[in-house]
Amino acid sequence: MNELIRLRGIHKFYGDFHALKGINLTIRKGEFFSLLGPSGCGKTTLLRTIAGFEDPTEGTLSIDGRDMRRVPANERPTNMVFQSYAIFPHLSVAENVGFGLRKDPRSKDEKTRAVGRALEMVGLAGYGTRRATALSGGQRQRVALARALILEPKVLLLDEPLSALDKKMREQMQVELIRLQRHVGITFILVTHDQEEALVMSDRIAVMFEGEIGQLADPETLYRRPVSKKVASFIGMMNFLDGRVTAEGPSIAVEVAGLGRCEVPAEQAPGGISAGAITVGIRPETLAILYEGETTDRRVVDGVVDEVVYYGDMTYYDVRVDGVEKPLTISMKNLIGRPVLDVGAATRVVWDARSLVLLAG
Amino acid sequence: MTLRFYAVAYLIFLYAPIALLPIFAFNDGTIIAFPLQGFTTQWFGELRTTPALHEAVKNSLIIAVSSAVIATLLGICAARAGQMETFPGKGGVIGFIMLPLVLPEIIVAVSLLVVIVRVMGLPLGNWTIILAHVLICMPFCIAVLNGAFAGLDKSMEEAAMDLGQSRWGAFRLVTLPLIAPGIVSSLLISFTISLDEFIIAFFLSGNSPTMPVYIWGLLRFPEKLPVVMALGTILVALSIVLLTIAETMRRRGLRRAGLKDTGGFL
Ligand SMILES: Nc1ncnc2c1ncn2[C@@H]1O[C@H](COP(=O)(O)OP(=O)(O)O)[C@@H](O)[C@H]1O
Ligand SMILES: [Mg+2]
Repeated sequence: MNELIRLRGIHKFYGDFHALKGINLTIRKGEFFSLLGPSGCGKTTLLRTIAGFEDPTEGTLSIDGRDMRRVPANERPTNMVFQSYAIFPHLSVAENVGFGLRKDPRSKDEKTRAVGRALEMVGLAGYGTRRATALSGGQRQRVALARALILEPKVLLLDEPLSALDKKMREQMQVELIRLQRHVGITFILVTHDQEEALVMSDRIAVMFEGEIGQLADPETLYRRPVSKKVASFIGMMNFLDGRVTAEGPSIAVEVAGLGRCEVPAEQAPGGISAGAITVGIRPETLAILYEGETTDRRVVDGVVDEVVYYGDMTYYDVRVDGVEKPLTISMKNLIGRPVLDVGAATRVVWDARSLVLLAG
Repeated sequence: MTLRFYAVAYLIFLYAPIALLPIFAFNDGTIIAFPLQGFTTQWFGELRTTPALHEAVKNSLIIAVSSAVIATLLGICAARAGQMETFPGKGGVIGFIMLPLVLPEIIVAVSLLVVIVRVMGLPLGNWTIILAHVLICMPFCIAVLNGAFAGLDKSMEEAAMDLGQSRWGAFRLVTLPLIAPGIVSSLLISFTISLDEFIIAFFLSGNSPTMPVYIWGLLRFPEKLPVVMALGTILVALSIVLLTIAETMRRRGLRRAGLKDTGGFL
């Protein structure tokens, strides 16, 4: 494993406010890494610590084996795409992109060519002479990317780079960023509060809550095996049911309120549990409604449709099941021969012990 | 409706005397009274042939330019510091700098006079006036420059540093060009304030008066009154031009930063 950035015991205080509470993190060479968490959890602070704009109150940071204590931002092998993009409004697009080359000993011609290549890479070839202020949001973002990447940093830091764009543009830029990262092979660290964005783009994700890392994993593990209720409810949608562990071991026996007794392998309790009361998580897409005439060899429980939300390709049902506190949310693809049910319809819900996640508390 | 009438009447009352300046500056008669006697440029001609006046104008220009430059330089430092999240005693320091705004000029003049002449035993001269003018110009410089800095995205300087510049490099290459309109505006406003300031100049000038003090001296000779009018006309025209440039620059600065206008001096 090729490690590039190592954070050990990073604490940050703003006065009395404890913004980072002992962050330990290792980021690998060439990976697309995301810091994901709700607003105010300390993502930006952590990113700025890596960039050198904040000094950690405690702890060590090293990049490529070199301790970064007292190394100022302008000497670190990192470059940043700011949330506001921070495009210099008094300079042209080419002057913005070439700003980092001012201290470069290369000849003027070579620099001009480097700027041209950088602009081409982000799809802005020929925009060099434009005024930076005359660009759209998406174009500014590309200028910011080109400006940071032209210095060929070891790490590119991106602070919510897509949050100012509209939905269409955002989805397009997500794909482009992934492609760009593969192309240049530079380590990207992305800060975002959008879990979908993080899942789509990242090799690995650190989920942060209130200055601490709640879970560090690849997107699939994060989604399928969240270690806590907090992580589970932040990533995607999840039904939470009361449960009780009746027997432990490589296979755990659980009594799930409303659904009944079942056995699940220990890896479905990724955060670890103890005997007694627990929470059982079920994703909406792992439940299904059993239509008239359909049969299943999986477990079935009766319910009544409480609410219907139609999304076109999908329909979300809230189904009330005896013994389950909150209605179960179930997502169904709107396939041919599956009419959208009405509120109040009696129905049967299919579930599977293999999709349960056992969570402490 | 009546309110508007009063407002208009009030403005006429205030500005009518200024309108009279150019009228009598070109009037062919030594007595300032209607009816007008005919058109002449004689008074402007007389301005050119008065060496004492030239000396006074030179003093005033030296003082105004120096005060403007010093006050603006200090203002840039103060406004930049004011943008920082926090530093010890920030509120107190800023309040202290803004104090001359409410301090009567005569107090500034008299106390400086006492300190310089009595306590320090130094001779008066242009430098003493510059000192005091810097003091009274500072609040205006800071008000203008604060606006320029406030419109600045804080990540601009950080972005420049991230791209390899030192703190000073980032300030010089990014911040300075972006606040340039504010700097020009600050220079012009303090130049104008210093140029026509009377009380302090009166108390603190040595043997060689500034222009406003010289004009005041002329008033003792009634036959010189039209010359004063001519000089006044030039001053008013100059002030209007300078303040207009200052305001234009300030607005351009806001536009450049993509901000809404939130006041100003004009
Ligand atoms: N310079 C600062 N001074 C005081 N508190 C700060 C400062 N910067 C950030 N904070 C606080 O630290 C917390 C984390 O901020 P931030 O890292 O920006 O969160 P995020 O990027 O995850 O939304 C917030 O509660 C914020 O108010
Ligand atoms: Mg943030």
